[in-house]
Amino acid sequence: MKMTAEREIAATPQEVWAALLDPEVLKACVPGCQEMSGSAEDGFEATVVQKVGPVKATFKGGVTLTDMVVPEHVTITGEGKGGAAGFAKGGADVRLTPSETGTTLSYDVEAKVGGKLAQLGSRIIDGFAKKMADQFFERFQQAVEGPGEEAVDADPDATSDEKKKGWLKRLVS
Amino acid sequence: MPKDSGIGASPKRREDVRFLTGKGQYTDDINIHGQAYAHFLRSEVAHGTINGIDTSAAASMPGVVQILTAKDFEGVGGVPCGWQVTDRHGEAMQEPKHPVLAEGKVRHVGDPIAMVIADTLEQARDAAEAIDVDITELEPVMDMKAAIKDGATKVHDDLISNLCYDWGFVEENREAVDEAIKSAAHVTTLELVNNRLVANPMEPRVAVGDYAPGTDDYTLYTTSQNPHVIRLLMGAFVLGIPEHKLRVVAPDVGGGFGAKIYHYAEEAACTFAAKQCGRPVKWTSSRSEAFISDAHGRDHVTKIELALDADHKFTAIRTDTYANMGAYLSTFAPSIPTWLHGTLMAGNYTTPLIYVNVKAVFTNTTPVDAYRGAGRPEATFQLERVIDKAARELGVDPADLRRKNFIKPDQFPYATPVAVEYDTGDYDATLDKGMEMIDAAGFEARAAESKAKGKLRGLGIAHFIEACGIAPSNLVGQLGARAGLYESATVRVNATGSISVMTGSHSHGQGHETSYPQVVAEMLGIDESMIDIVHGDTSKTPMGMGTYGSRSIAVGGSAMVRATEKIINKAKKIAAHLLEASEADIELKDGAFSVAGTDKSVAWGDVTLAAYVPHNYPLEDIEPGLEETAFYDPSNFTYPAGAYICEVEVDPETGKVDVLKFVAADDFGNVINPMIVYGQVHGGVAQGIGQALLENCAYDENGQLLSGSYMDYTMPRADDLPMFDVDHSCVTPCTHNPLGVKGCGEAGAIGTPPAIVNGVIDALHRAGHTHVSHIDMPLTPARVWAAMNG
Repeated sequence: MKMTAEREIAATPQEVWAALLDPEVLKACVPGCQEMSGSAEDGFEATVVQKVGPVKATFKGGVTLTDMVVPEHVTITGEGKGGAAGFAKGGADVRLTPSETGTTLSYDVEAKVGGKLAQLGSRIIDGFAKKMADQFFERFQQAVEGPGEEAVDADPDATSDEKKKGWLKRLVS
Repeated sequence: MPKDSGIGASPKRREDVRFLTGKGQYTDDINIHGQAYAHFLRSEVAHGTINGIDTSAAASMPGVVQILTAKDFEGVGGVPCGWQVTDRHGEAMQEPKHPVLAEGKVRHVGDPIAMVIADTLEQARDAAEAIDVDITELEPVMDMKAAIKDGATKVHDDLISNLCYDWGFVEENREAVDEAIKSAAHVTTLELVNNRLVANPMEPRVAVGDYAPGTDDYTLYTTSQNPHVIRLLMGAFVLGIPEHKLRVVAPDVGGGFGAKIYHYAEEAACTFAAKQCGRPVKWTSSRSEAFISDAHGRDHVTKIELALDADHKFTAIRTDTYANMGAYLSTFAPSIPTWLHGTLMAGNYTTPLIYVNVKAVFTNTTPVDAYRGAGRPEATFQLERVIDKAARELGVDPADLRRKNFIKPDQFPYATPVAVEYDTGDYDATLDKGMEMIDAAGFEARAAESKAKGKLRGLGIAHFIEACGIAPSNLVGQLGARAGLYESATVRVNATGSISVMTGSHSHGQGHETSYPQVVAEMLGIDESMIDIVHGDTSKTPMGMGTYGSRSIAVGGSAMVRATEKIINKAKKIAAHLLEASEADIELKDGAFSVAGTDKSVAWGDVTLAAYVPHNYPLEDIEPGLEETAFYDPSNFTYPAGAYICEVEVDPETGKVDVLKFVAADDFGNVINPMIVYGQVHGGVAQGIGQALLENCAYDENGQLLSGSYMDYTMPRADDLPMFDVDHSCVTPCTHNPLGVKGCGEAGAIGTPPAIVNGVIDALHRAGHTHVSHIDMPLTPARVWAAMNG
């Protein structure tokens, strides 16, 4: 499946870029991410727990960043193996362009699933992938900007003081 | 008055008592002391190179007994193909190796890579997750036409291409057919897809392998339609075990529909592993595994042209088909689109010139083989659809166009231009009967009622012929079969007169335990309850070929008749001795032997007792005992035929199709048990409606199976089906078998799909959607709506 979308982020392209390459930010933003290690240069190792329709599985896999043009473009590709549940893999072409309010982040995402995930979940995989992408970029936007007053906080354990800052700013402060 | 016993009666199915009370003994009910459980790690990608398989972590996990991969099967043969097709240039088909476990490459989602054997199934599954398989994905070969273009990625690197064979039939007619089409008054052309199906028997496949080191005997318990065929293929071609050291048992089997004919890798793997690990090894397929490892059915892409003269007589048929073989050749796969398909392209009609071209293609999908009907539904569908289209184009009644071209009763035996000779039939009779049953005269009034409700009603007509009981062996040998196609029966009369009949055919839902005794009881004049049928065990039954292709009663029943005739002949000799009369004067009636024209008689039980307690017995002339075996090799196929007619209603708002009425008027020749025949037709029609409206096996472009569960693979349910009106009162008995029977198992699945599609097209045309000449199956609401609004 394929999808394309864009999102306005109230931060400079440099700030957005830094966040994109930060494993802690990625860990916080990837829905269901349990572990994330590595670096932008060497690639990341990730463990993600997700439920796709009737199939719940722990996916272990790698994420690599290629075609990096600071701070304009990066291609993120990843593949996760879910054991008996099958596999998921995909890529996102992410482009950052300066805008009046900060940065326009646009992305083309392509996702594939295989094995039992495809057998059981093909009918719902498009909706699932869209939800995953939406959640990721929603969280990513919050991480970069800090939550707006209306925003739902994805990290209920955080102290109220911390909530005022974006996750990125917390991490770098 | 209907009979209450013997041929033509409808005793209730005796096997149903155990099936319906949970007392059946299916393969999964068989548990052997000390057995271990197998789980197969299967490929998740459609096509890839195996760089390495690391089983070290898995091997040390709790309960793991052994892990087998391709290297453990070095020295073992591949899974064999049972039919070699010769192409139109006289060359043998391309036949790739089919290793038991994937060797070097994986070629479809579900291709087994490793076999994990553990103390429990859960442990085997857990360990399989710990196996690290390093695979480099390759481009999957999915589209048949693209697959045989130059430079296409190959499924099998050692083959010349993905083309298994390019078959022409009858090749000598090719140019004459081309000429006839060029010079025809009218040519109707239709392109269509015969959708890929998954058989989905209620019971998934199971295999239990056992090995006795003390005697070097192997036993395989398996969900098979033909245990002797499995013994032959697995023993001779895969594992190198001679027949006397290999017993194959197929006990109660819960449905087959073709998918349990074939020898599967899992059977060989479990048998092989039982010796390797010193324990019985059991594998039970999950439903998810069944979707990716049971052979699929159909999957043809076809263009058919029908030429007619000015008088609307059919003058020629040319048909080009791409037939999907999947990734490997399943046991009988090559024969399905060729000899079981091309030979039926004459249908019920006098078309003098026919040319059939079939290109069989390897793709990165699960292997495809026979599914209920097997080639004959594909032939019937294209023929009955193109005739319907021709009738619409010519503005003539589709029933009349069929009648005009039917082979007439006085033309039998009728040699078709596609190499078969129909022995008998009366197609006008079945079509007339079907039209009467559907009340065709009242159709317009019902169509008006539907219209008043905002619905579109259509009348769908199809007439089919099939060839059952594929035979004779010497002919099928010439056509490429690597097996004989006779059937066997042993009639063992016991001392007290009860009888065990051992048949080489196999019941997996057909009701053999009920209908076979009706035949033997009728011949001997004794009660059916004195007769039991034994099947499904190579150690108990004579070598037989099993059950598929609607062959049991026509071939297996005939063998039983021949064996029973031998019993009668010998019993008459014994009776003559006991009655001190001439053998020629002995008559058998109602279970007693009498001397013609006298009141002297001796009961069945007295004769059978004398055979085993031969105190007063002609020992100098005949041996003691009363047991006879016969092998029956038919001289021809049988040719059931019938009219399948339906009324459908299309909802123009949604495109949903409802089947309101469905009638089947079949000529099955003589019928042994009408109730069982009704049931066979009902089941076949349900599967035919499933194919026409609901079922579709779908892959994505990456070779992932999208319809891998019942959430997405739509099986027909009771509320999708109308009440069926089924008749088999039109009877032209088969002329060449002793029972005059033809076979009924596949008829419903053959005749139904074109009837349904013809009905929907009729409904759309009546409503003015005349631009819709065809919709590919399944006719889902989305497809019908799109066609109407396209």
